[in-house]
Amino acid sequence: MKIVIINYGAGNIQSIKFAIQRLGYEAVLSNDEAEIRNADKVIFPGVGEASSAMEMLKATGLDKVIPTLKQPVLGICLGMQLMCNYCEEGDTQGLGIFNCDVIKFDATEKVPQIGWNQIENLKSDLFKGIKEQEYMYLVHSFYVPLNNEAIATTNYGIKYASALQEKNFYGVQFHPEKSSKAGAQILQNFLMLDI
Amino acid sequence: MLTKRIIPCLDIKNGRTVKGVNFVDLRDAGDPVELAEIYANEGADELVFLDITATEQKRKTLAELVMHVAEKVNIPFTVGGGISSVEDVEVLLNSGADKVSINSSAVKNPQLINDLAAKFGSQCVVVAIDAKQIHGEWMVHLVGGKVPTEIKLFDWAKEVEQRGAGEILFTSMDHDGTKNGFANEALAHLSELVNIPIIASGGAGNMQHFTDTFIEGKADAALAASVFHFKEIEIVDLKNELKRNNIPVRL
Repeated sequence: MKIVIINYGAGNIQSIKFAIQRLGYEAVLSNDEAEIRNADKVIFPGVGEASSAMEMLKATGLDKVIPTLKQPVLGICLGMQLMCNYCEEGDTQGLGIFNCDVIKFDATEKVPQIGWNQIENLKSDLFKGIKEQEYMYLVHSFYVPLNNEAIATTNYGIKYASALQEKNFYGVQFHPEKSSKAGAQILQNFLMLDI
Repeated sequence: MLTKRIIPCLDIKNGRTVKGVNFVDLRDAGDPVELAEIYANEGADELVFLDITATEQKRKTLAELVMHVAEKVNIPFTVGGGISSVEDVEVLLNSGADKVSINSSAVKNPQLINDLAAKFGSQCVVVAIDAKQIHGEWMVHLVGGKVPTEIKLFDWAKEVEQRGAGEILFTSMDHDGTKNGFANEALAHLSELVNIPIIASGGAGNMQHFTDTFIEGKADAALAASVFHFKEIEIVDLKNELKRNNIPVRL
């Protein structure tokens, strides 16, 4: 199986690579269009600030490539957010794969949300073997409101979409690579997806 | 529901853990990676590595250690100790650290907080603040509490939040090492003053102290070293006890 982690300069790529390695696979870091198109599975990471991450993505030309991919694609954290229509952070136009916007948490709770919170209303093969209300590690200040592409929800003052799916595109707000055994199971499930 | 975090802290020197640890199941008592794995399996929510190496090899050794930890450990971890530039942080994050913690360097050059937040995002910037009370006023101290400054704890906390810190790790030097409990009054005031998570540190001696710091101290996370290293408190027992006290934890 060929697994590519998109390498565009934003994020903790090493952790994802190691998490895949712990599952017994090797992932390639790449920003090469042909290599990405040839992969069986593509992971789109992202940590940091939305507008600068988007700038880096545009600089590689991959902003045009990612939305046209046919194999399973998993956006993680900011990666997922950049796959949406619009991010309030830095007034950033996203890739428009998910038909929703990303907005900032109200200050009713502490922002950023940092720590382990539960995912529920799980609706995808991505969560095979994962129990409702399993804990995942999250670090974020912006969120996707509930919508019909949500395949998991989380409560933080309000209930929001913590995972999304549209056809072959998956996005998770949490960090499966940092979420202990349950997170590893979700990554394993992604690698096993058959589309 | 977001849970309260339990964070063991490992002191590192030249790539090895320094404070004596009392783990009979450790093959190599000085191997931080093995200890980190054990803590992750026992239910620790995060780990902090505090590097106290003072040699010129420091940067390289630390980056290598971070890489080894990231390879093996499947929970988030923070690296701190002598980090003073954007370049230092870049190396550590690229090696697989999730967050970095800065302390004295932020006091000496507060702009560093802004620079790190702008370049890497607030989520990976933890500002550690050591403070103790002088004539009833909480004052920021440097060099592990040895050197007093003219800066007031609560003013500094507000400032680091405004500059883009994602979390504050507050250590009371009056409580650190006493095993008499955390500085809950100051912690609760901090928690109300700023709207970023507060990690309580200094003073953990028994399980009740953790309950108290989450309830009275309104802390979002609690950090401790020796009570975990010497097995005085098992993380799973602690989390069960917290749960009995209706404190949300990941079990």
